[in-house]
Amino acid sequence: MKEVIEKQMMPDSRKILTVENLSNRYEGQPLLQDISFSLMQGEILCLLGPSGSGKTTLLRLLAGLEKEETGSIIFCGREIKDVPPHKRNFGMMFQEYALFPHKTVQQNVAFGLEMQHCPSHELSRRVETVLKMVGLSGLEHRKIDELSGGERQRVALARSLAPEPQLLLLDEPLGSLDRALRDRLTGEIRTILKSLAVTAVFVTHDQAEAFSIADKVAILHHGSLQQLDTPEKLYRTPINATVARFLGFQNLVKGTVDSNSAFQSSLGALALVEQMVQPGKKTTLLIRPEGARLASCSTDETDDIQIAGIITGRQFQGSTYKLTLQVKELSLTFDLPIDPAPPNIGQSIELLLNPSAILLISS
Amino acid sequence: MNRPSPLFRYLLFSLPLAFLLLFYFYPLIKIVLLSFLPEGVWAPDRLSKLISSPTYARILWFTCWQAALSTIITLVLALPGAYIFAHYRFFGKNLLQALMTVPFVLPTVVTAAAFRALLGPNGLLNNWMMAGFDLSHPPIRIDQTVSFFLLAHVFYNYTLILRIVGSFWAGLDPDIRAAARMLGASPWQTFRRITLPLLMPAIGSAALLVFIFCFTSFGVVLILGGPGYATLEVEIYRQSVQLFNLPMAAALSLIQIAVNFLLMWVHARLGKKAKVAFYSDSATGTAIKVTTSKQKVLIGVNLLFMVLLLLTPLLALLIRSVTGEDGLTLAYYSALFTTQARSVFFVEPISAVTNSVGFGLAAMTLAVILGLLASTFLASARGRGSSLWDAVIMLPLATSAVTLGFGYIITLNRPPLNLRDSLALVPIAHALVAFPFVVRCILPSLRQIPQSLREAAALLGASPYQVWRRVDIPIISRAILVGAVFAFSISMGEFGASAFVTRPHTPTMPVAIFRFLGQPGDLNYGQAMAMSSILMLVTCSGFWLIGRLDSSKKSPDTFK
Repeated sequence: MKEVIEKQMMPDSRKILTVENLSNRYEGQPLLQDISFSLMQGEILCLLGPSGSGKTTLLRLLAGLEKEETGSIIFCGREIKDVPPHKRNFGMMFQEYALFPHKTVQQNVAFGLEMQHCPSHELSRRVETVLKMVGLSGLEHRKIDELSGGERQRVALARSLAPEPQLLLLDEPLGSLDRALRDRLTGEIRTILKSLAVTAVFVTHDQAEAFSIADKVAILHHGSLQQLDTPEKLYRTPINATVARFLGFQNLVKGTVDSNSAFQSSLGALALVEQMVQPGKKTTLLIRPEGARLASCSTDETDDIQIAGIITGRQFQGSTYKLTLQVKELSLTFDLPIDPAPPNIGQSIELLLNPSAILLISS
Repeated sequence: MNRPSPLFRYLLFSLPLAFLLLFYFYPLIKIVLLSFLPEGVWAPDRLSKLISSPTYARILWFTCWQAALSTIITLVLALPGAYIFAHYRFFGKNLLQALMTVPFVLPTVVTAAAFRALLGPNGLLNNWMMAGFDLSHPPIRIDQTVSFFLLAHVFYNYTLILRIVGSFWAGLDPDIRAAARMLGASPWQTFRRITLPLLMPAIGSAALLVFIFCFTSFGVVLILGGPGYATLEVEIYRQSVQLFNLPMAAALSLIQIAVNFLLMWVHARLGKKAKVAFYSDSATGTAIKVTTSKQKVLIGVNLLFMVLLLLTPLLALLIRSVTGEDGLTLAYYSALFTTQARSVFFVEPISAVTNSVGFGLAAMTLAVILGLLASTFLASARGRGSSLWDAVIMLPLATSAVTLGFGYIITLNRPPLNLRDSLALVPIAHALVAFPFVVRCILPSLRQIPQSLREAAALLGASPYQVWRRVDIPIISRAILVGAVFAFSISMGEFGASAFVTRPHTPTMPVAIFRFLGQPGDLNYGQAMAMSSILMLVTCSGFWLIGRLDSSKKSPDTFK
C-alpha cells in the first residue's frame, strides 16, 4: 500500500515546471494560445515547430524576457510571473549565442558566477570544470571573435551551465552550424545535460535534432500546442494531420468511415483494424512510408493490405529507395529496401502495407 | 578575375591625384616652407620663438579647452537621447530623425545667425522680453561670450552623437543584454558591465569627431565669440587677412595640420575597433513601444529638449527675417535685390545667391567626377595599396578649410599657378573639401557589389565598359546622387576657405551673411537673417529631396 502511494506521489513531487493556460499577444496579434504542459525534474523537453509557431516566444516567456498576457508559470510550486529574469536562476543559450564580445572565454563563463558573488578560487575551479566538460580546456583566454562556430556554441553552453541553473533554456542552439557539426553536437549536448541531470527546454525546428535530444517533444503550430509526447509515440501516433505533415509524412488520404467501419476514400474501401482507430472524428488516413514491401517477394499469407499503382518516381537514397506511385488519382510515397530493387518508372507495382504503419487521424 | 588592368586603373586615378597634388599638397607644403623659411631663408628659431610665445600657447590652450568642454556637454546631453532613439518607438520619431540631419548640414554661418536671431542683443527673445517687461537693455547678454558659441557647438554636434551612438546602440544584439540578465545581472549591472563597455568604441569615436569639429570651429566662434575669443582657426584668419602676418599664420596652420592629422589618425584607429562589435540583423526591429509612465516622462523630457535645442534657433531665424521694427515685413528680402549707398556690397546682395548656386554646381560636378574616378580605382584595388590611397584621399577631411584657404592665397596668387582673379578658385576649394565626402558615399556601395555580378554580366557577353555602364553605375546611382547633394550642400555652406578665396565682387552666401552681420544697423542685420533663411532652405531642400527619393523607392538590401 505504501509503495502504491509513493508511486503516485513520485511524479507530482518531481514535477518542477507547470505552465497553465498561457497566452500572449505580439503587436496586438494573438501569438500563443492557451498553452498548458508540465515538466519533470531532469527531463529534456523539445519545443518543435515551424518558424512563427511561437516556440521562441514560449521560451522567452519562461525566461521572463517577455511578458505573458494570461495564464501562469509555476516553478517549484511558486508562481514566477513577477520574478525578473535575473532572479530566476534559469540558464539560457541564445540562438546566435549572444556571447559578450568584449570578454574572453573565461570571462564569459565566469560572468554568471560573479553575479552570484562566488569566491574567486571557487569561481576559477568551476569555470575550469565546466570548460573541461564541454571540451574547451586551453581556450580560456581566447577572444570570442577568435573562435569557430562550434567553439562559440560550446562557450555558450558552458556559460549557461556554470551557475548551475535550475532550468536550462536553449533557443535553437545548433541553428547556425553546418549539418555534420550539428549531428555531432546534438549527441554531446544530450550527454552533458543528462550527466548533470539538468531540466531543460530546447527550441528547434529540426525534427531529427528534437528526436535525438529530447525526452519529450511538444509540437507547436500557429501558437497552440498540438501534441506533447515521447519522440517514438509522436512518430507512431501523430494526433492530427498538422502534426503528421510537420513530421514529414506525405501519405495523408482524406475520406470517411462508413457504417461497416471501413474507410472510404479514393483508394477504395479499406477495412479498418481496431488499432488504427482512435477516438474522435477521424477523416484522414496516414500511411507511414516505411510500412510497405514488394508484394512479389512475399509468399506468406498475411493480413497485410495490398495496394497497386504505377511508379512515377524512383529515387535511390542509400539505404532505401524512395518510390512514388500513382494509385488511382492519389500519389503515395514509400521507402523500400534496396534489395530486391523495385521496378523502373512507368511500370506497375504491387505493395503490401503493414497494418501497424496505418493510422486514422483527424485532419 | 575580370578586373581592369593596373595601367588603366592608375590612369583613372591620375586625375584625382593630380588635383590633390596641385590644390592640396602644393599649398600645404608652401605653408610648411613659409613656417620654416619666413623670408626665404632657413629660420627655424623664428618658428620656435612663435611657438614658445604666450599668445601662441594661450590660443592653443583655449582651442583645446573649448573643444573639450563642448564635447563633454554635448555627450552628457545627447546620450539619453541616443538611448531613447535606440530603444523606443514613439509618435513622430521618423520626422524627428529627418529633422536631426538639419543642424548637421546647416552652414556654420547660418547656425551662428540663427543663434543671434534667438538670443543675440537684437534677437527675438531679447526683443520680446524688452517689450514685455519694459526693459531698456536686453536681459540676455550672451553675445560675445564663450557660452554662446558653446551652445552653438552643442546644437550641431548633438545630432552627431545621437546618430552615431544611437544607431550603434540599436545595433547591439539585444540578446547580449538578455544573456546578462539570465546570468543574474540586474538592469544596472547589465548596463555597467555589458552595454557600456560595448558602447565605448562608438562613444569614443563620436566624442572624438565632436572634438575635431569644435577644435576646427571657425564661423561660429568668429561670429558669436566676438573679438575677445580666438581658436586656432580664427587666429589664422585674423593674422593673415587682418594683420597680414603671414609667417605667424603659417606657424599656426602648421600646428593645426599636425593636431588634425593626429586626431584623425586616432579616429581611424577607433573606427577600426568599433567595427569589431557584433551587430544583429534587425537594427531597428528591436525598438519597443512606450508603456510605463516612467518611460513616457523620460521620452517626453528628451523630446522637449531636442525640439527646444534644434528647432527654436531655426524658427527664430525665419521669424526674425520677416519681422522689422514695425512688425511683419518683407523689407529685408526686398533689400537683398537693391544696391544701397551704404551697402557693404558693390553689387545687389541677391547676386550672392546666384554666385553660390553657380559655384555649388561647378564644385559638385568636379567633386562627383573626381570622386567617381577615385572610388572606381579604390574599389578595384586590394590590400595595403588600397588603404594607403584611401587614406591619402581622406587627407583633405583632416585639414581645416581655413588652412586650405590660407594655403591658396599664399600659393595660387602667383605664377606658376596664378588663379588670383579666376572664378575657378572658389569651386576648386569647395570641390577639394567635398571630394572625400563623395568618395565616402560612393565607395561603400561600389565595394558591396559582388564580383560575381560583374562576372555574370561578362559571361552574358558584356564588355568591361558595358559592365561598368549597365551593372555598376545603375547600382551606385543613388550613392552618386547622395554624394552630389552632399557636395552641393558643402559648397553652399562652406565658409572657412571661402573667407580667403572669394573676390569682393563675387561673394558667396556665407561670406555675404558674415559681412552683413559684421555691419551695424537693423537693415544689415535683417538682411543677414533673410539671406541665412534662404541658404538654410536651399541646403535643406537637397536633403529633403534625398529623403523623398528614399521613401518612394525603398532599395532592397540585396547584398547583405
